[in-house]
Amino acid sequence: MINKVVSNADEALQDIQDGAVLMLGGFGLCGIPENSIAALLRKGVKGLTCISNNAGVDDFGIGLMLQTRQVKKMISSYVGENAEFERQLLSGELEVELIPQGTLAERIRAGGAGIPAFFTPAGVGTEVARGKETREFGGKTYLMESWLRADFALVKAWKGDTAGNLIYKGTARNFNPMMAAAGKITIAEVEELVPAGELDPNMIHTPGIYVQRIYQGQQYEKRIEQRTVRS
Amino acid sequence: MALDKIGIAKRIAREVKDGMYINLGIGIPTLVANYIPDNINVELQSENGLLGMGPFPTEAEVDADLINAGKQTVTYLPGASIFSSAESFGMIRGQHVHLTILGAMEVSERGDIANWKIPGKMVKGMGGAMDLVASAENIIVAMQHRSRDGASKLLKECSLPITGLRCVKKIVTDLAVLEVLPEGGFKLLERAPGISVEEIREATEGKLVVEGEIPEIQI
Repeated sequence: MINKVVSNADEALQDIQDGAVLMLGGFGLCGIPENSIAALLRKGVKGLTCISNNAGVDDFGIGLMLQTRQVKKMISSYVGENAEFERQLLSGELEVELIPQGTLAERIRAGGAGIPAFFTPAGVGTEVARGKETREFGGKTYLMESWLRADFALVKAWKGDTAGNLIYKGTARNFNPMMAAAGKITIAEVEELVPAGELDPNMIHTPGIYVQRIYQGQQYEKRIEQRTVRS
Repeated sequence: MALDKIGIAKRIAREVKDGMYINLGIGIPTLVANYIPDNINVELQSENGLLGMGPFPTEAEVDADLINAGKQTVTYLPGASIFSSAESFGMIRGQHVHLTILGAMEVSERGDIANWKIPGKMVKGMGGAMDLVASAENIIVAMQHRSRDGASKLLKECSLPITGLRCVKKIVTDLAVLEVLPEGGFKLLERAPGISVEEIREATEGKLVVEGEIPEIQI
């Protein structure tokens, strides 16, 4: 059994350099790698390209890395909850590439699965299609989209084992499994790290082969963006 | 009298058929779930990776790891399943989701929809909207017939950046229910109680097709 365990976030992220291309799991603030983001802030690496469905909020998630000007470019599908993001974008300090959410998910999946390009109907006839090859299949037009891969993928799971196998909880799964496969180095933080053999192999969402480093996360805040309850 | 948001949601709920898998957008579409009759069994899909979405949680049920695509806390119902974003959009692209209900800023008479960007104003992103409109077999738009400044939102051509081409099948507004004809044009199916065909024509910039008596919306 290959042991993937590192002692903490700082050790896990030690070789991330300025200008790295990162993937960060999560949908909104749900399932984001909180400990790895905190370590990036401590480390102070700059000029990062961050591939993540969203950009956090002003004072949590990737939003914190925007405050410290560590992000050069965001590749996302929706960034609506972040005023600092909008300000940096409009002032030209930050580059952004907005991608339809399903295309983003599939480009990352393709990256991890070794498929350099695929065709999707999303974005045909829109500004997303500019400069992209189109082709007809069965009388319908599709856009060619290419894979996305990253120097480091930072993912977050509920449980993981020392072999790097991961299980997610609820909708905190979202982009994490595809990103785990698309990172040259994938760093997983988990709420509960257990010895190999304790997780049921039938229940594994991300097989350990995709994970190079795993650590036990600390003090999860799990902030809720839209706390909505019924009476 | 023009319909309010709840009226629009109630009218759209009548389009929902037993056995459907449905994706509901943010805003009025989310309200539709409240008015689906008890004898109609459907499953709601949330594109962040949940099928079988239930109502908002009670205070005690709130779980930060269970949200909908609007990032609101939700619950799941018996028979629910959870999956990745890639799987979620696979089921959308593969047309396993039967009905998509979403809001719009503009719809053209050919069924083009614009709902993601106002140049120079808002920088938010399209989220899953482009994937949903490009793939759904059946798309119903819930919207106000006119913008706040009185301009028609049912146009010959969309003026805002497009989300998808020739995809909207039906529109329910505060004034009317309309079908988008394959050859182009908004066919008037129903009008809001007390709203005349003339008022609807005035509020519709695109081609309005009126055939015979137009009944009032029943909700």
